[in-house]
Amino acid sequence: MRAPPDDCLARNEWICGEYLSTRRHILLDAVLQHLELTSVSVLVGLVVALPLAVLARRWGWAAGPVLAVTTILYTIPSLAMFSLLLPVYGLSASLVVAGLVLYSLTLLVRNILAGLRAVPEETRQAARGMGYGPIRLLLTVELPLALPAAMAGLRIATVSAVSLVTVGAIVGYGGLGNLIYSGMNTYFKAQVLTASVLCVVIAVLADLLLLAVQRLLTPWTRAARG
Amino acid sequence: MNTLTDAWDWLTDSAHWAGEDGIGHRLLQHLTLTLVCLVISCLIALPVALVLGHLGKGGALAVNISNVGRAVPTFAVLVLLLLTPVGKWGEGPTVVALVLFAVPPLLTNAYVGMREVDRSIVQAARGMGMSGRQVMFHVELPLSLPMVLNGVRLAAVQLVATATIAALAGGGGLGRIITAGFNLASTPQVVAGAMLVALFALAVEGVFEVAERLAPRWTRGAR
Repeated sequence: MRAPPDDCLARNEWICGEYLSTRRHILLDAVLQHLELTSVSVLVGLVVALPLAVLARRWGWAAGPVLAVTTILYTIPSLAMFSLLLPVYGLSASLVVAGLVLYSLTLLVRNILAGLRAVPEETRQAARGMGYGPIRLLLTVELPLALPAAMAGLRIATVSAVSLVTVGAIVGYGGLGNLIYSGMNTYFKAQVLTASVLCVVIAVLADLLLLAVQRLLTPWTRAARG
Repeated sequence: MNTLTDAWDWLTDSAHWAGEDGIGHRLLQHLTLTLVCLVISCLIALPVALVLGHLGKGGALAVNISNVGRAVPTFAVLVLLLLTPVGKWGEGPTVVALVLFAVPPLLTNAYVGMREVDRSIVQAARGMGMSGRQVMFHVELPLSLPMVLNGVRLAAVQLVATATIAALAGGGGLGRIITAGFNLASTPQVVAGAMLVALFALAVEGVFEVAERLAPRWTRGAR
């Protein structure tokens, strides 16, 4: 009888180069699924949050209920949120996306609304005095000035989404979370550690990417500081 | 709507309330885990944050730790702890993970609260001959209390959420009803468990909301 190969996989070590080289495709697929789930949910969240925040700003009475609903949604733990959506979506990727959209929505509405509210009244009046209509005022004055706050919300929403996707493993669509879940059941240390580290790396890279986008979109904030 | 009535039937079935896996026991576990870990995290985070805030040191650490906490997946930490020697002590991984995720909001809010106290007030207190310790306990701490309590509230909500995810990694609490429901492919049980967790989380948030309204005016701050 031949002895099993004495490599780090057989010894079940935390850090294992052998794992990286032999399971490259599994890791790549999981990373791609992770990125897809995160980006789709944050983008859908942004598309829904923007009009909600603008409407809440236009009609003052709508702001209270909108903020109350988002606070309640944000309080519900992720596992419960995914489970509550189970009867609607079944065991599907849409379930994970829907849950994450609700969380990003919450963060984005709050931040965009805070940004819009922080636009000084004098600025608004100056624009009106120059003959700006309400639409032009919103698109060329208010939204650009709200951009730093909105981008801060987008960064928080993205980083949270990257981390929350892992809980999607409960329905089999958790990106790297799937690897963590299966690694837990088989006590496969290298898989759990590699997938966890990749999650954090994705979150940090996404944050840096959005920070770069923010700097490109708001050159005036740098000029003012320097 | 059919699933909702099924979930309601599941919840109202007295057989599901009794025993080791029953709702009653899981509810108690969830409450105990949340409370015990909230106390431990406060004991760890608040003294550090208050002293750092008083001295004005370590600000970058205190503020950035919240961002780090957000980027690290709770589930990953729970599983990593489960595979380390900590995993052998029953609820060990759950308690450690809960505390790890409750400390950042406590630390950041208490630190920022201490630093946001008007410097001229602190100088006036010093001018009246207060010692550093007196300034900290009689001036800075009372004035920063709204922010400190806001941190406690955020930490409590975070603890409820983390304790739920702990069920995925074999921990106890209400999340177990959900994971057991998934294993049994029983949608009513999953939905019933989720409703319990959501209600529990909202109740915790509600307790803080009520406490804030009942508290004396000076602890509330301008929100």
